[in-house]
Amino acid sequence: MIECKHIHKVYKIEDIETQALKDISFVVKDGEFVAIMGPSGSGKSTLMHIIGCLDTPTSGEYLLDGKDVSKLSDDELADIRMQKIGFVFQSFNLLPRTSVLRNVMLPLVYAGVPDTERTKAAEAALRASAFPEGFWNHHSNQLSGGMMQRVAIARALVNNPTLVLADEPTGNLDTKTGEIVLDTFQRLHKEHGRTIVLITHEPYVAEHAERVIHIRDGMIVEDGKVKNRRIANHQRKEV
Amino acid sequence: MKISDVLHETYTALSANKARSGLTILGIVIGIGSVVAMISIGQGASGSIQASIQSIGSNLVLVTPGFQRGAGAGPVSGGRGSATTLKQEDADAIQKEITQALAVAPEISRRYQITAKGTNTNTQVVGTVAQYPQVRNIQIDAGSFISEQNVRSLSKVAVLGPTTRDDLFGEGSTPIGQSIRINRVDFKIIGITKSKGGTGFGNQDDVVFVPLSTAQRFLAGDTYVTTISVQAASPDVMATIQQEITDLLLQRHNISNPQLADFQVLNQQDIVQTASAVTNTMTILLASIAGISLVVGGIGIMNMMLTTVTERTREIGLRKAIGAKRRDISLQFLSEAVMLTFFGGFVGIALGWIISLLVTQFAGIATSVSVSSVALAFGVSAAIGIIFGYYPARRAASLNPIDALRYE
Repeated sequence: MIECKHIHKVYKIEDIETQALKDISFVVKDGEFVAIMGPSGSGKSTLMHIIGCLDTPTSGEYLLDGKDVSKLSDDELADIRMQKIGFVFQSFNLLPRTSVLRNVMLPLVYAGVPDTERTKAAEAALRASAFPEGFWNHHSNQLSGGMMQRVAIARALVNNPTLVLADEPTGNLDTKTGEIVLDTFQRLHKEHGRTIVLITHEPYVAEHAERVIHIRDGMIVEDGKVKNRRIANHQRKEV
Repeated sequence: MKISDVLHETYTALSANKARSGLTILGIVIGIGSVVAMISIGQGASGSIQASIQSIGSNLVLVTPGFQRGAGAGPVSGGRGSATTLKQEDADAIQKEITQALAVAPEISRRYQITAKGTNTNTQVVGTVAQYPQVRNIQIDAGSFISEQNVRSLSKVAVLGPTTRDDLFGEGSTPIGQSIRINRVDFKIIGITKSKGGTGFGNQDDVVFVPLSTAQRFLAGDTYVTTISVQAASPDVMATIQQEITDLLLQRHNISNPQLADFQVLNQQDIVQTASAVTNTMTILLASIAGISLVVGGIGIMNMMLTTVTERTREIGLRKAIGAKRRDISLQFLSEAVMLTFFGGFVGIALGWIISLLVTQFAGIATSVSVSSVALAFGVSAAIGIIFGYYPARRAASLNPIDALRYE
């Protein structure tokens, strides 16, 4: 469960203060699938950095699983990210010339998990993200964009996180492969009960979530259930 | 993060860019290689100089004539070694008075034209006594050396060095019983000495030994000796013996002021030390020139690591995002630098070893690659990795994950 209480973020560049976030408060319960939507410059990236423990708010409280993480040091934040958060980035950010399995188990490498255990966890995560088994030992740079993003999703799942945080996960994909990725998220939410926060500027993508938080000029302008929720119409067949 | 994982990441990163890694370590390879080669050549040279000094005898104290001074010469100095003041009796006195002198061998040496059947050569003729082989480390290959009996009876016998034997009678021959003519006097050959090798101070194999008394009577025509070699009982007493001989001879020659001594007493250890000091200086000089290339190599590593950090900014951002701490990142980049220099050091040691082998093979200079120089090379290369890898690693570790992930 994540709780944001009156979060403000101010950037100061050469005496000019920019208010990126103004009084943001919301709660995401375990098992929710939330989209944070807004145009570019709305502050959604800043919010994502704070939710993802990559940055800390200027004021306000951010509780992750009941623990206030808004005033931790860099290394303590790294620890929280390692244990509680799984990231999916727009540009995949996989290690090139490294096998799919190794990419997926990388968070567990930093957590110091023994070899056999982390291999098992990586395999389970790859299955959960419906990544075909025949490609597990391929290098990540030999894969298509859709497959790369599913490797990234598996990597986000491998540490069994409280929260999967996806930043424009379909931004670099065509509609068809984007559909596959959205289907993967919906299935993870429905079948595995994962908490997912998806950041996007596309209403079409946001409508795949259960709930959408609209953000504009650093403030929440709307927060509510998606009325006509889209179900990714991807025929689930192995690639 | 476990060490095995750090090494795994390091290996993946370095092997991704084999050409660049290879070129970068070339600086270290050349640096370490030349340091190892220079030290081995220096140590080899110093070893062979010491060996050749030792080969003229062990624990040797040499008495040689000094300046010719006094009534005969007036104020004109005849130069070192020109005095004809050392006599057979001086040697006998040293033998008698100085108890720690194991053996004393006076000698008179001069160059003569020597003829045998149809051939001739010009070489050193050494008139000496039976103790000479013991004092001067000479071994007999065939026949025997000059005996005390030979000296007493003024026998016209000669012992040839192997080079002289080769020159006069042909290589590998055993001309014992044949005769040679020195200064129009016939000598019968009774022995051949073993080769001592021709390195260092002149060729000790190109020599003819005859009895001292015979040389004085038939060749030189006087009773002086040119050198008295004294073998000390042990290296520890050499300085004492040196002093005792000086005192004894000053007294025998009636010289009150040691500055005016007509002889000089050399201690073999002094010669060894002087020679070692020279070669050590050379070794240090060569090694420090080679060391400069090591520093240049280290800067090359730092340059490459800085480039790598910039190139891999996004990767660093990702690693931090999924939980890598500052320490993990800096450890990874430091380990890459150390692995490079360590590998470079390893190849460099092999290179230095090959160079020193080639030098031995083609230049004929003895070399020796010592364990300590290899250990030093490894230590230095690892240290260079740490020193020049530290700054890039710190830079990588201090990157902000948000900025790093956005970096294009």
